[in-house]
Amino acid sequence: MQYSEKVMDHFTNPRNVGEIENADGVGMVGNAKCGDIMKMYLKIEGDVIVDCKFKTFGCGAAIATSSMATELIKGKTIEEALKLTNQVVVEALEGLPPVKVHCSVLAEEAVKTAVADYYTKIGKPVDFVIEKSHDDHDGK
Amino acid sequence: MARFVYADNAATTAVLPEVTAAMLPAFEAAYGNPSSLHAKGREAKTLLDGARERIAAVLGCESGEIYFTSCGTESDNWAIKGAAKRMKAKGRTHIVTTKIEHHAVLNTCEALEREGFTVSYVGVDEDGVVSLDELREAVTDKTALVAVMYANNEVGTIEPIKEISEIAHAKGALMFTDAVQAVGNIDINVKELGVDMLSLSGHKIHAPKGIGALYIRKGVVIGNLIDGGGQERRRRAGTENLPYILGLAKALEIAKEKLKDLPRVAKMRDRLIEELEKIPYSKLNGHRTNRLPGNVNIGFEFIEGESLLLWLDISGICASTGSACSSASLEASHVLLAMGVPHEKAHGSLRLSISHETTDEDIDYIIATVPTVVQRLRNMSPLWEDVAKNIK
Repeated sequence: MQYSEKVMDHFTNPRNVGEIENADGVGMVGNAKCGDIMKMYLKIEGDVIVDCKFKTFGCGAAIATSSMATELIKGKTIEEALKLTNQVVVEALEGLPPVKVHCSVLAEEAVKTAVADYYTKIGKPVDFVIEKSHDDHDGK
Repeated sequence: MARFVYADNAATTAVLPEVTAAMLPAFEAAYGNPSSLHAKGREAKTLLDGARERIAAVLGCESGEIYFTSCGTESDNWAIKGAAKRMKAKGRTHIVTTKIEHHAVLNTCEALEREGFTVSYVGVDEDGVVSLDELREAVTDKTALVAVMYANNEVGTIEPIKEISEIAHAKGALMFTDAVQAVGNIDINVKELGVDMLSLSGHKIHAPKGIGALYIRKGVVIGNLIDGGGQERRRRAGTENLPYILGLAKALEIAKEKLKDLPRVAKMRDRLIEELEKIPYSKLNGHRTNRLPGNVNIGFEFIEGESLLLWLDISGICASTGSACSSASLEASHVLLAMGVPHEKAHGSLRLSISHETTDEDIDYIIATVPTVVQRLRNMSPLWEDVAKNIK
């Protein structure tokens, strides 16, 4: 199995790793049983994601997709961030091995879960669907 | 200082120059087919017979008890399917194996289940040692075969094969051991071990990939797996791979010779274990003492094995993991799970398998590299966050 140069770049030099204190939205997805957990932190001003950080427990693809997802949504509006699909993340990473595509679904899920958390905090109804990548598992 | 360390000898090994040299005559001069009557054929047959005798001498059996195959997996398939086929005729349709076997054994047993055989998968304790009580209960007078690996490929635990053979034989079952990881790491005498069949593979002991062997005790009859010509005393068809057979014989002789060097390898292993266990939230997998001299398997909590491997690879260290993410199946190691290691910890396991070729400097380098990589990954792990807060 071979990762693309872009994946290895984001794996070895991940962008936006860390936590945001008093984040406006936090989303944690995945589970340890499956071997990948992503935690996404969002700082939101108006409807713009002004900062975004992540922490990930997972394989190379999970770390690289988390990193890429933060790059893709930072500075974007919430509306734009919600349009982020796993295919966009995979393309930005110049592809993922087929067995690793589920990791990119996790990144999409993490972003949406963090936005949903923000909406809940501000009392706004969550009007979008979060596709769960781990539905076939029974959790930890 | 960056260096290159190959610590994945349980996956495969480098072919030794002496082994390559031993094979060359059969590629060039002795190219004949051992089945041919003419001079070239006889020349090849002489080399083939000689190799078989040398291998038999290493394993403590007669040359007529050694059969060449294409690999360890073929040997495993032949032993299990052949025994099943034969014993079914005697009304025995049950197989006993363990939960920690290599997939070459597990998937073969599953294939037989689909053909109507029943299979008991015996459990292991937390060190990976097969439960003899459970095994004793599982073996009945309907049992065709007991198949237990000599040493586990992931965690290195050595199994009590002699005792297991006795249990199998007491009920009239055949006894097979997959010794692919044990050969070259344990002094093996098949007669003392008491097994009916034993499989081995060339590429785990510095011979090439594509050659294996099966020991079948004289008098033990099993069905054939590969039909065709009359090679291997009509039991395994196909023109013999003479160059690789010569390589296998040479590699086994070298391995036998180097058995006396194993305490040095075990010492390096123990130093690795001791130093890596100093990393907080780490734990040795497998039996502490009754394990292969080159096997180190340690679980690091809160990180995932594939990312650990990638970083080690970047640092020049080749290793392996029981994490799901490194396998196409996306399942964590069945061996670690059978030992009661929880999923999340199984994902963070690292296997380092060293050999005679490994040096003290290699060990120093691994010891210097692994803690940094583990910490780097923990620093970006959401699971580590809470632990780190508690430490502070």
